[in-house]
Amino acid sequence: MPPEGRCFFGEFTMCGIVGLFLKDSRLEPQLGALLTQMLITMTDRGPDSAGIAIYSGEQEDKTKLTLQSETPETSFEDLAARLGAPLGIPVDVRVKSTHAVVTLPAGQTAAARAVLTDIDPSLRVMSRGDSIEIYKEVGLPKNVAARFEIEKMRGTHGIGHTRMATESAVTTMGAHPFNTGDDQCLVHNGSLSNHNSLRRKLRREGIHIETENDTEVGAAYLTWKMQNGATLGEALQSSLEDLDGFFTFVVGTKDGFGVLRDPIACKPAVMAETDQYVAFGSEYRALVDLPGIEAARVWEPEPATVYFWSHNAAPTSSEKAA
Amino acid sequence: MQTIDLQQTDLRTLNATLHAQAETTNQTTWTIENPRGAHALACGLDAPIEVTVNGHTGYYCAGMNKQATVNIKGSAGPGVAENMMSGTVVIDGDASQYAGATGHGGLLVIKGNASSRCGISMKGIDIVVHGNIGHMSAFMAQSGNLVVCGDAGEALGDSLYEARLFVRGSVKSLGADCIEKEMRPEHLEILADLLARGSSTAKPEEFRRYGSARKLYNFHIDNAY
Repeated sequence: MPPEGRCFFGEFTMCGIVGLFLKDSRLEPQLGALLTQMLITMTDRGPDSAGIAIYSGEQEDKTKLTLQSETPETSFEDLAARLGAPLGIPVDVRVKSTHAVVTLPAGQTAAARAVLTDIDPSLRVMSRGDSIEIYKEVGLPKNVAARFEIEKMRGTHGIGHTRMATESAVTTMGAHPFNTGDDQCLVHNGSLSNHNSLRRKLRREGIHIETENDTEVGAAYLTWKMQNGATLGEALQSSLEDLDGFFTFVVGTKDGFGVLRDPIACKPAVMAETDQYVAFGSEYRALVDLPGIEAARVWEPEPATVYFWSHNAAPTSSEKAA
Repeated sequence: MQTIDLQQTDLRTLNATLHAQAETTNQTTWTIENPRGAHALACGLDAPIEVTVNGHTGYYCAGMNKQATVNIKGSAGPGVAENMMSGTVVIDGDASQYAGATGHGGLLVIKGNASSRCGISMKGIDIVVHGNIGHMSAFMAQSGNLVVCGDAGEALGDSLYEARLFVRGSVKSLGADCIEKEMRPEHLEILADLLARGSSTAKPEEFRRYGSARKLYNFHIDNAY
């Protein structure tokens, strides 16, 4: 999202990304607390807004929508009944500050969205999926994390972003992560230079793009590719051809977590892996409070290489599984 | 030996303390504990002291170094030893982007791998990398020596001036105006000395030498796109 004070050989510190993928389920109750700490450490890379996507786990035959409202007191009042009655289904609504997590029976997402547009067009869908919840707002990362009580959340994996805005306004909708499809999300450090032409092209293809934000275009691009049959790995691989600019992407899926840097790779990235987790940070500082970090394998991901870890894979992670 | 723990002492106090060491200081050995990826550690030193950093460092560790020896017992973030003038910086782990960039002198030893843009615009520094280096390394390098015991990434030595590049492994591609050159006895001698100072056991005969074809020195219309 942010460009850079890019000088001759690199970049200054703009935007921070963190990600944590747990291999050891014993750490799951701590996921929110660990991610919050990582996010706050990256405040000086991005003090304008912050966001976090947490994969908090699935409930059988249920799916979720995370909604955001500028007027939560009125928008979320009685929402369970207002949404459930017309659909004739049980709906659970958990309000957290400006966001609400709506739990529905599986397969009801599209119907629920149609009703939501009717009853309150100002509601925004932050995320949809069986496991994912996305929370994002303007403000310092520590304040954003506190208002959504991220620290108390459990989950299997999550990614977060601190934004220093450059390509578009400081708004909730300009904050990361961006939901790219069911249970999929993207965060981005960098700046895409062909986002205007790509936005026009994607809109012609019928892809809904809400903002003037470059990262949303990156996210929409991946959605479009996957709608046309590409796997996430293939979509990321083709983004190397079709996206112009600087980027480090971290993506989340229901079961996994992926990383891709553009071929020039001037946006920073550090990874750490132990038997318990795989972690990503824009800087090593973000990782220093993780358990067992002293003994972790710490490395810099290669440019133009898709890395992916999945809970579906064999016990050891499937690195570079494009 | 003096020890500074960054859990107890802030970064400015640390650097100010190291800057206060005179040419004739008798406090010659310093250890920094708990660096935790902090930026600008041990920057701008100008005294014959030896500083050991016990852990990984963030941006610009040992930048602008003069005289001092800085040992990093971990990996280093972007811009390590940038614009070094003299002295020695030794990294036990890997180095991130643009290690040793614009360095005028001294010796930088990286025992792991260096990522992209290693030695970019180097102006006299010697760099010895035990592992591999990333793309665009030694871009516009002007003088000094870059020794790579492993492989080099894409566009090595693009728009090179007079720096010498020695690579033992493969080179993914050479940048504009960078060519392989004959390894003459005087080069083997220079290389043997650098490898010894860089604590590498590699043999000079195993390396190839690359340098500038000197075709970009003056404006030539055929070089324009």
